[in-house]
Amino acid sequence: MSAARGTPTHCPYCALQCAMTISLPATPAGEPLIAPRDFPVNRGGLCQKGWTSAELLRAPDRLTTPLLREPAGGDGGILRSSPREIAAGPRPATWDEALGRVVATITRLRREHGPDAVAVFGSGALTNEKAYLLGKFARVALRTSQVDYNGRFCMSSAAAAGNRAFGIDRGLPFPVTDLGRAGLVVLAGANPAETMPPLMGHLTGPGTRLIVIDPRRTPTAAAALGGGGLHLQPAPGTDLALALGLLHVARTSGYLDTPARAAYRRQRTAGWEPAWQRAAAWWPERAERVTGVAVADMRAAVRLLHEAPGAYILTGRGVEQHSKGTDTASAWINLALAFGLPGTAGRGYGCLTGQGNGQGGREHGQKADQLPGYRSITDPAARAHIARAWGIPEADLPGPGRSAAELLEAIGTEGGPKALLVFGANLAVSAPRARHVTGKLRQLELLVVADSVPSETARLADVVLPVTQWAEESGTMTSLEGRILRRRRALRPPDGVWTDLEVLSALATRLGRDRAEFPADPDDVLAELREASRGGLADYSGADTARLDAEVPLYWPVPAGSDGTPRLFRRRFAHPDGRARFAPVDHRDAAELPDGEFPLFATTGRVLQHYQSGAQTRRVPELQRAQPEAFVEVHPDTARRAGLADGGRATVTSRRGTVAARVRCVATMRSDTVFLPFHFPGEGSANALTNPALDPVSRMPEFKVCAVRLEPA
Amino acid sequence: MTRRHCVIIGNGMVGARFAQEARRHDPAARALAITVVGAEHRPAYNRVLLPNLLSGTMRDEDLILGDRGWYASHHVRLRTGTPAIRVDVAAHAVWTGDGDVIGYDHLVLATGARARVPALPGIAAAFPEVAAGVTALRTIGDARRLANLALTARRKHGRIAVLGGGVLGIEAARALTARGTAVTVLHRGGHPMDRQLDAPAGRVLAAAIRATGIDLRLAVEAVRWEPGRGLWIRPTGNPGAEPGAEPGAELVRADGLLVSAGTIPETGLAAAAGLRLAPSAAIAIDDALTTSDPDVYAIGDCAGHPGAAGGLVQPGWEQAAVLASRLTGAEPRSRYRGSSRVTRLKAAGIDLTCVGDAFPDVADPDFEVLRFEDAGRYAKLVLQADRVAGAIMLGFPDAAAGIVQLYDRDAPVPADRLALLLGRALPEEASGTRAPAALPDHAIVCRCNMVTKAQLRDAWYDGATSRPALCAATRAATGCGGCGGDVDAFADWLSSTDPVKPAKEAILR
Repeated sequence: MSAARGTPTHCPYCALQCAMTISLPATPAGEPLIAPRDFPVNRGGLCQKGWTSAELLRAPDRLTTPLLREPAGGDGGILRSSPREIAAGPRPATWDEALGRVVATITRLRREHGPDAVAVFGSGALTNEKAYLLGKFARVALRTSQVDYNGRFCMSSAAAAGNRAFGIDRGLPFPVTDLGRAGLVVLAGANPAETMPPLMGHLTGPGTRLIVIDPRRTPTAAAALGGGGLHLQPAPGTDLALALGLLHVARTSGYLDTPARAAYRRQRTAGWEPAWQRAAAWWPERAERVTGVAVADMRAAVRLLHEAPGAYILTGRGVEQHSKGTDTASAWINLALAFGLPGTAGRGYGCLTGQGNGQGGREHGQKADQLPGYRSITDPAARAHIARAWGIPEADLPGPGRSAAELLEAIGTEGGPKALLVFGANLAVSAPRARHVTGKLRQLELLVVADSVPSETARLADVVLPVTQWAEESGTMTSLEGRILRRRRALRPPDGVWTDLEVLSALATRLGRDRAEFPADPDDVLAELREASRGGLADYSGADTARLDAEVPLYWPVPAGSDGTPRLFRRRFAHPDGRARFAPVDHRDAAELPDGEFPLFATTGRVLQHYQSGAQTRRVPELQRAQPEAFVEVHPDTARRAGLADGGRATVTSRRGTVAARVRCVATMRSDTVFLPFHFPGEGSANALTNPALDPVSRMPEFKVCAVRLEPA
Repeated sequence: MTRRHCVIIGNGMVGARFAQEARRHDPAARALAITVVGAEHRPAYNRVLLPNLLSGTMRDEDLILGDRGWYASHHVRLRTGTPAIRVDVAAHAVWTGDGDVIGYDHLVLATGARARVPALPGIAAAFPEVAAGVTALRTIGDARRLANLALTARRKHGRIAVLGGGVLGIEAARALTARGTAVTVLHRGGHPMDRQLDAPAGRVLAAAIRATGIDLRLAVEAVRWEPGRGLWIRPTGNPGAEPGAEPGAELVRADGLLVSAGTIPETGLAAAAGLRLAPSAAIAIDDALTTSDPDVYAIGDCAGHPGAAGGLVQPGWEQAAVLASRLTGAEPRSRYRGSSRVTRLKAAGIDLTCVGDAFPDVADPDFEVLRFEDAGRYAKLVLQADRVAGAIMLGFPDAAAGIVQLYDRDAPVPADRLALLLGRALPEEASGTRAPAALPDHAIVCRCNMVTKAQLRDAWYDGATSRPALCAATRAATGCGGCGGDVDAFADWLSSTDPVKPAKEAILR
């Protein structure tokens, strides 16, 4: 394998953004070759998804021409409730025709119902340039406030808690490599052994112990036990009580009274007393009863935190995707602050970002309440800055819109969106209560989906726009550690395929904007993004292409002329007084608890071989062979009581829907809990079960716990 | 629904919980105006954690359940330092100690309980303020008094006597010893915590208590308290002589006496108002938490419900939640059907959990009883129809947590009864058996890249006869790298069992 013609780039999947080289095949029929590169986060490693990622580029059902579905009833103004897939199938169309249809319908809907009748849905998979231009497209070309993205389903709780505590939200406020020197890493609701395997190389060194908090004995939890650490296995939806119990034990064991921790609390934090008052009412025996985690294990965990020479607490979706996800993340941050971890050398708190650009995607304005540079859309100074950067009157800049789940729920209601443009998301599989969401999408007058493959959502669309994928385009991504990375075009896209930026540029032009306002070249967009972000929390103004191409490690904020910020908070936190904030949080039950009719908890998550809705990985034969179908992990006793055995077919039913899945008996499961991966569509779609109850702060749906029953199929 | 005025008498853990629950359902006070009348001066605090004040692990302010700011910002009128002295149910009015009369639509009695004090010379007559050196442990004031007595005892190399070896007595004794105070616990019964434990469990617990340095005297009862000297005791059950004049009495030298001999529901107001009392001497209530007067409710330790065990906070909190959802109109038909009985001893070094009824009729074939006992541990698990009916778990910290959850949810127990007692599933394969020869063909060696033993072996025979070659051929160890040692072991195993032949080497491209 020759690397001579290889293009250095990064993996198309998760936020670890493993470095790799992609080499063109010697013959037109050959496969592009993937080779891992030595890079700090992946240290020359790749997981099975990364190794096989070139196969995505050759997906047999790759979209190469726009598709159009003829409006039923002729005039396009009639709401249709019949399933779109069954209606006349889509026909190939020219780009001119497809874009013409989009613009004509949008224009009519705006005229009839106002600009908010058109909504935009983005993604944490989009490059920074796309995320930026998409937000600008919504606010400037469409003048709609209705723009949000699938990161609401991913990072919003951790982001809200991080902002609340630190005044800024960067998933890891330190480089990943810092973790390798830790004596202890606490992973609350994170399973990196499956979701970002090369990260485990940083967590399993000889001097590092792990404490894993997860309702399941995941491979990560097994690694913790194998390395002399702990696995705490709480009932789903009780992590907040556990964190409060741990803080209580820490305080009453005297561990927080060391001079260093007392001084840290006094000098670098605010709000300890009210936060402690909540935790004071969670004595460990009470927390034990709610969580099922033994008091002895809580004491052991806290002792490890006390004694470790350097400790990090990291949270993942397991604690964040709840109707109390923000408060739960805050409770873990409180514990970190109590031990003086954030902003201290060799210590820290962080959250493990999920999607490839889940970090950058939440910084540049595709979120309903946000403008580029992680600015707030309600902050007058931020609005003035961005209006100036975009050359529009500030009054023309829309205000905050609906969050993702609320945006989808508003479809078909008075004042709700009539048209939706989706970029990089597969809502029909990934949204909570997915079948209900599918029904909502069918009520739209216009659904436009830009994707490279016919995803489950694309199949519902009136207009499908075939777009490039990772190795066929350039752009920047911001990884879980806040480092800005360059993804380079390695090969020519198939004929007929446009980039997302070209699509946005063309649509904006047809909607009457100047082409110069919506450049299609990613470097031009980055130049504009750098200016727009200047002075914001996430300042990218110093991230120029030359330095990125040279792989200078640039961590935001990177103001022009600076070398960036690998480690935040070393001197001060980002609140005006420089102090971090304890949050006074208390436990509350999950929105839905098991009862006689639905006696089991269900929780959802990922497997190693698949990514998110599976639209990409289910098209890679090697991955699909390894994990071909939906399954449900269940304790053998629970299976037996339901009349099921390992390998049998089961249905799992919640108040919202039923899923068919293959039974996997796992002796380490809690007998009150079943687990389903959420990568599969149709009758195996785990999100048919999930509860759309929202977190009041982050608007995160409750993906991680609902009540179900288990029956033979 | 017109706004109603709800008066709560009692600002303890249960009264305060009711106010908080009511405001959760009714944050803007549209359904209920609330007034709380509390005799103590400080805001509500957590009695469960009073022993932590003795051990020095918490301070008074750590026990506060809701400061004054909470009441003000949640539209709750708080009148502390003012006891309610009379209730007139016909007039729907409460008289307070400072001369006020407060009208109500709903009255919630959450007056709690007081310590049961034996009518013995030197103890009851002067209890509590006057008798030098005697106290209960119901209030922060009590805890301060006891902490001062303990300090005196430590300085004089003396000790504290604890009368009553129930949950509170043991927790308090353990907290005192944690801070270096010598303690003698005196208990009437033949084993401690005899309300919850059978005799074998009691024997193990007694040993565990003594192992923490507590002097535990069983089957003894108090005769009289002699200030400055100590507590006179005698063996339990000796018939006869007048208290205090017992010739066989023995003196336990002590500088202070903690009385932890149970509680009595605080029912004075209710009884004077003509409300019916239950046989337990608590205020009689039904499942709607209503007393014999339809506008008066009682919750917590002052209330007598057949499904609620006294002395635990959980039933009172559950009653508070039910009543709040009824009175705010959130769930008007909500009912309290009793609480699951879980007693969890909070004593450092002693892990004891008791649930339900662990004293079944052993002859009854409906019950399945599992037992384990050794010198330091005792487990008794009573199962009925695959559900936990009762359990005593002493020294089984992992199992106890799971068993309580099974009991609370009335969930079926694992078929593997040994795993139930151990608190964790037995591993399918003991760890450390990743020796290559022992693994089945389908065993995954590298999880990141799903490489099985069979794939490694095939790669070996196809010429990949070193670790780098195996990794390149199969991608094993190219993810997190965690299985690198396993791949090495695999290469070693194959090269020793099936040495590389030159012919094989030649196949390598």
